[in-house]
Amino acid sequence: MSVATVADVPRPVAEVNAAGKFLFIAGTVLLCAWVLVPIYLLVVNTLSSPQEVSGFPKTAIPSFDFGSLQFFLGFAGVVRALWNSVVVAVLTMILSIGIGAPAGYALSRFEFPGKATFRMLVLMTRAFPLPLLALPLAVMFIRVGLDDTVLGLALVHTTLAIPFAVLITFSIFSGIPIELEEAAWTLGCNRLQAFQKVVLPLVLPGITASAIFAFTISWNEVFAASVLTVENRTLTAFLLQSLSVSPMHLKFAGGAALVLPALIFIFAVRKYLFAMWGIANR
Amino acid sequence: MKRTLRILAGTTLAISMATLTAGIANAQVLFWSSQAAPVEETQKMREQVLKGFEGGVDFQPQEPGPFITRIEAEMQAGSGSIGVVGALHGDLSRYADNWVDLSGIDLSGIEVSPAFMELGKLGTSEQKYLPWMQATYVMAANKEALPFLPEGADINALTYGQLVAWAKNLAEQTGSPKFGFPAGPKGLKHRFFQGFLLPSYAGSTVTKFRSAEAEAGWTMFKELWQYANPASTNYDFMQEPLLNGDVWLAFDHIARLGEAFNQRPDDFVAFPAPAGPMGRGFMPVLAGVAIPKGAPDIEASKALVRYMIQPETQVATLLATNFFPVTDAALPAALSKSAQALGPAVTAMTSADDALPALLPVGLGDLGGQFNQVYIDTFERAVLAGQDLRQVLDQQAETLRALMVQANAPCWLPDAPSEGPCPVE
Amino acid sequence: MPQRALPYLLLLPATLFLLVFFLYPFLQIAILAFSSPEGFTLKPFQTMTTHWKFGTTLWNTILLTAIIVPIQLVMALAMATIVTKLKTGRNAILYIFTIPLGLSDLAAGIIWLAIFEQSGFLNSVLVGLGIVERPVLFLGYQNLWVIFVAVILAEVWRATAIVMVILVSGMGLIPKEYYEAAEVFGAGPWKRFLKVTLPMLRPSLQTALILRTIAAFEVFAVVVALGGTTLPVLMGETFNWQFALNDRNVAAAYALVILAISIASTLFFLRVLRTPKGATI
Repeated sequence: MSVATVADVPRPVAEVNAAGKFLFIAGTVLLCAWVLVPIYLLVVNTLSSPQEVSGFPKTAIPSFDFGSLQFFLGFAGVVRALWNSVVVAVLTMILSIGIGAPAGYALSRFEFPGKATFRMLVLMTRAFPLPLLALPLAVMFIRVGLDDTVLGLALVHTTLAIPFAVLITFSIFSGIPIELEEAAWTLGCNRLQAFQKVVLPLVLPGITASAIFAFTISWNEVFAASVLTVENRTLTAFLLQSLSVSPMHLKFAGGAALVLPALIFIFAVRKYLFAMWGIANR
Repeated sequence: MKRTLRILAGTTLAISMATLTAGIANAQVLFWSSQAAPVEETQKMREQVLKGFEGGVDFQPQEPGPFITRIEAEMQAGSGSIGVVGALHGDLSRYADNWVDLSGIDLSGIEVSPAFMELGKLGTSEQKYLPWMQATYVMAANKEALPFLPEGADINALTYGQLVAWAKNLAEQTGSPKFGFPAGPKGLKHRFFQGFLLPSYAGSTVTKFRSAEAEAGWTMFKELWQYANPASTNYDFMQEPLLNGDVWLAFDHIARLGEAFNQRPDDFVAFPAPAGPMGRGFMPVLAGVAIPKGAPDIEASKALVRYMIQPETQVATLLATNFFPVTDAALPAALSKSAQALGPAVTAMTSADDALPALLPVGLGDLGGQFNQVYIDTFERAVLAGQDLRQVLDQQAETLRALMVQANAPCWLPDAPSEGPCPVE
Repeated sequence: MPQRALPYLLLLPATLFLLVFFLYPFLQIAILAFSSPEGFTLKPFQTMTTHWKFGTTLWNTILLTAIIVPIQLVMALAMATIVTKLKTGRNAILYIFTIPLGLSDLAAGIIWLAIFEQSGFLNSVLVGLGIVERPVLFLGYQNLWVIFVAVILAEVWRATAIVMVILVSGMGLIPKEYYEAAEVFGAGPWKRFLKVTLPMLRPSLQTALILRTIAAFEVFAVVVALGGTTLPVLMGETFNWQFALNDRNVAAAYALVILAISIASTLFFLRVLRTPKGATI
């Protein structure tokens, strides 16, 4: 499996001149700060008292006032909504990869009539505003009894995630030389075996990445969730639906209450995410 | 990893199936509301107002998008789970055909404002909705702004001319504009133009839309806007800029000022909206409760609607939302800080000698949104984009006339009654 | 012949799924844009194009996309390169870079509003350092360009992670022999990046660009949070017509405009970054 060994393995850093090294480190630090500072500010405002959130000047260190956060956790049914969110997101993840990855593989490996049409169909899904589609979908769901079920919502979220699943897996499969598979065929594997033994280990990281993305798409989606669930609300629909008309300090606490589980999820699956470069080290 | 995924998939499916079946047996009435949407109000509605209803209520406030989409979806599908819809008069009048007639509900012993009951008929002979709660708009100021009041001005009997002078003083003497106006995307700016500015200057909302008097009103507003904090186009609720000091003087819906008075009651004052040449125009806000024809259990819904109008519920609603009762419910002594401050300002405005009430639009049906847009567009073009006022008024008047003809809506107060669609002179 | 049927079999689930959950509702909406009580009409499109805001709306949306997407591409390439080059702390850095993946656009809007508003963090710092005397109003309607910059910053911050994730997984598949060969021929790091990484990354670049551009045309929540009504964008107008003005026909027309420019840009990227057949290397 030496072929697929990774990326640009650098010359030992010592060889690069000191200025270059400094630039590299400075750039890394800067980019990290760029990502982290706004998150930190969210945390600061979440843990500040209402007066501080609407006051001036702002301070960089919060007063650790847990009032706003407690307010959200005190909602009746928050745990259930959290659970619904997780179930919908995991279902979305599984469905979108299960349906999307085969399509991505087909697009990357075969030339066939209708390929361009299919690609367009996939992209259109992403390019049309969901809030307009929610009405006909809701009517359809009420009629067939999918209304107000986690499965129904997961189906809609899967529609949103499929373009990502198809295209990301397509580009991953395209990056793997077909010769690898052909070599496996000559060694006596059939198509399925060759795929399982040769291709799958290589693409798993990429697939995981798109699965994680499917998860976050579902997690953060508000509109369809609000329309399509009533008793079985997800966390977004339950907590954040009316956030944009709520007082500032609650906006922040609500935002944090939503962001935190997603971060924990990404952290929990980081092993697979990191495998993206991990294959390189094999 | 593959095994992990497989196990994960299996359990998730099993669990979701379990949730599927578990979710069905639920007999609570679903209360679908566009009001009391801020999360704190939602919480209070659930815990203080609706807790006493036997059988339980699932109170779900929504943003306009999902709110409307769900109602329309259930209308189209012919059935659904919404038991009671709570919304503003304008939204309820969009779907007049969708509501159950409520005239059979027993209201004995409760004095509901007859004007509101009439509005609830939506121009038909049936009681399409029952009044739920009411509010209006007032002015609020930081006490630091009071020394800058122009000479001889009384904040309880302010005129628009004095308001401009006050805002000007503030801008010039504090170094930055301190007047604030809710012109953000969710701000209620159009209600100011429809119910305050035009009635005060032209004594009319529709008929005299492009009159010289209306033009004078807009000219005054353009002048006032010079002294408005330019961030006003981001303000949806004035309580926040008031609290953080960006704004010292503001106009807004009482429910959207409440938080300022609750957090720092000693720092702010509330007072009536100013008066113009024709009087002190003001507009009530009326929210109502209706029952969709496809509701799962209409009897339970009717019981909830009846519960909402009981005196104790009305008072609890006031405490939760800053919306006032629509009945003669006696107010308790221990009101919230915001109700204590805003209540007298509202009374001063509605009972002023020059009070000129402007009603909510009637009979526009689903054109209500486009009616609002006429006023918003006029504001954005003439005030924000600086287009020629006369020309903008003439063009928007055409749109307004077409709307009135299309809706075939007769005039409502303060416009004089008309035969046929309300004319735009 | 099973070989020939195979691609269709693989596409079948996705196609069926999209037919039911996308194409069917989509057609229902698309028809609205051309219908009136009297039958076929172009009136919704007329209403849309003659509205005084339409030109600005279209221009704002396209301009925002044209600025945001290239910046994100460059930043994502830089991030991806850093991640592949790092020896220590790679896990931590990659995790940090992917954090924004988990953020909703609503949350992103709130965060950046807290930075830019008049009593926000940026003003606190500026006043604290004595650079300005009193808080500056950044997001007023008079300085449209500041709002523009704020929206760009927020969008770049929020949505660069997905581009980076796609690029990192693409970079992981480039055989290192190519770099070794390039080094033998004396190519420096910069040249290796230009001559090996970029061309080999074409499928991933294409995917990332297409997905990001389409998403950028639908930018909405962040713009509303930061710009209020002053910076109209297509998605916002669609919303407005659908829910505030209650004219679903015009809303459908707007949605079709978004769809049209998305398809146009997709075709552009498909052409410019064509992947060689079979991606044989």
